[in-house]
Amino acid sequence: MRPELPSPCSECGDSQEVKVHLSTHFQSYTGGSGEVEATGGTVLAVLKDLDRQFPGLHFRIADEQDRLRPHINVFVGTEMDRDLGRKLSKGDEIHILAALSGG
Amino acid sequence: MARGTARVSASVNGSKPSKGPVRLLVGTMKGAFAIDGNATRDKWTIRDPWFFGAEVNHIVQDPRNRKVLMAGVKTGHLGPTVYRSLDGGKNWNEASNPPKFPKTKKGKEGLSVDTVFYMAPDHADHPDCWYAGTVPWGLFRSEDNGDTWKPVKGFNQHPDYDKWGFPSPAGKITHSIIVDPRDSKHIYVSCSVGGFFETVNRGKTWEPVNQGCIAEYMADKHPIYEHDPHCAVMSPSNPERLWQQNHCGIYRMDRPEGQWQRIGEQMPKAVGDIGFPIIAHPRDDNRVWVFPMDGTSVWPRTSPGGKPAAYHTKDGGKTWKRLDKGLPRKQGWVTVLRQAMANDHHDPVGIYFGTTNGEIWSSSDEGASWQCAQSYLPRVLSVETAKK
Repeated sequence: MRPELPSPCSECGDSQEVKVHLSTHFQSYTGGSGEVEATGGTVLAVLKDLDRQFPGLHFRIADEQDRLRPHINVFVGTEMDRDLGRKLSKGDEIHILAALSGG
Repeated sequence: MARGTARVSASVNGSKPSKGPVRLLVGTMKGAFAIDGNATRDKWTIRDPWFFGAEVNHIVQDPRNRKVLMAGVKTGHLGPTVYRSLDGGKNWNEASNPPKFPKTKKGKEGLSVDTVFYMAPDHADHPDCWYAGTVPWGLFRSEDNGDTWKPVKGFNQHPDYDKWGFPSPAGKITHSIIVDPRDSKHIYVSCSVGGFFETVNRGKTWEPVNQGCIAEYMADKHPIYEHDPHCAVMSPSNPERLWQQNHCGIYRMDRPEGQWQRIGEQMPKAVGDIGFPIIAHPRDDNRVWVFPMDGTSVWPRTSPGGKPAAYHTKDGGKTWKRLDKGLPRKQGWVTVLRQAMANDHHDPVGIYFGTTNGEIWSSSDEGASWQCAQSYLPRVLSVETAKK
């Protein structure tokens, strides 16, 4: 008998390869690149993969409780979503942008 | 030489006055600056900023190894971190694991570090060890020269942590980390609207030491916690003597007693004894300097009457002398934040302060006269002295 495949994590979604667009604020972590590839079934999983590739990047986007930092916005496609548990679909692109106001 | 490092150098270098050029390490809202003075401390040259655009609450030199610099940094977007240099500022690296509170279990609200506010080298017996104080209240230790940081659990998980107080407008600030030069296990830490704390076992347990301080903003004026030290220092020449510029006055405490005495009541009534910074003379335990601010009515927190001045006591706080020669005599509405005043170890002692309107002022004669060393900086958050 073939061994049974582990069932996918209900909160993780199916892993997707996604394109991630990063504003200039983060590019010191990516060697100057504003467009990178990452893998994950959720936005949080993608952040973890980004951190594996670019150490320290996750903590610049979300705090230690995995709450999105106040002036960071994440878009899946064109839809802003602050829920890092959002599941991703095939072909999704993510934009991670910083928006600070005041002096 | 710096406020946070003087205590270590007291045990390492004794009380011999320093000589030669002085470097000021200045943290601002938009980066950190090194400002180099000559040996006579009357000519200053500024370098291009480090961490341009980022808020630098504190940048200090390690007195145990002058090549090491440590900075608490954040931008408005990207959150808090620590940068460190091992070559005197030529190159900087971000901590691979900056100060973070533990991740809580799902469904529970956990703390997150907002600001790395205060950097302090540990005792000379622990040459690669540093402490960081954060907003909200948190104490973190690095044992690898600032690359990775771990919470000091005894502090961050103090059984009364939730009773310490409430956030001030600037947040729950952890500052004035003082390591006893005689004993690395003995440490003091101050928390804004939290109080003054002491450990004798290197952070495992902490006790509040606030007796004698008054909390004017509380219904109970003498609570166990909820006091508001703005800045605290130890006399480098006498580790038994502590000084505190509190939200509610200037205090001195002589150990082993744990009783603060309000010495600011001897200040002129028109000036008062409210302010942010306090610095101690490197060799004379009767001498400190403060920089009063207006703590009346709605608390403008600018120089009283628009006339900025430092005040200095040479007798442990019995009398105070106004030091304002060279400073604006009117319409000088400056604020000097708690980490924005420092001294060197020369003889005479050099005194330096930065203002929230971006000026650095220096005195090479212990405050008797002042000159503006630098203008047009961003809001100054901290000033420390360093050796080149």
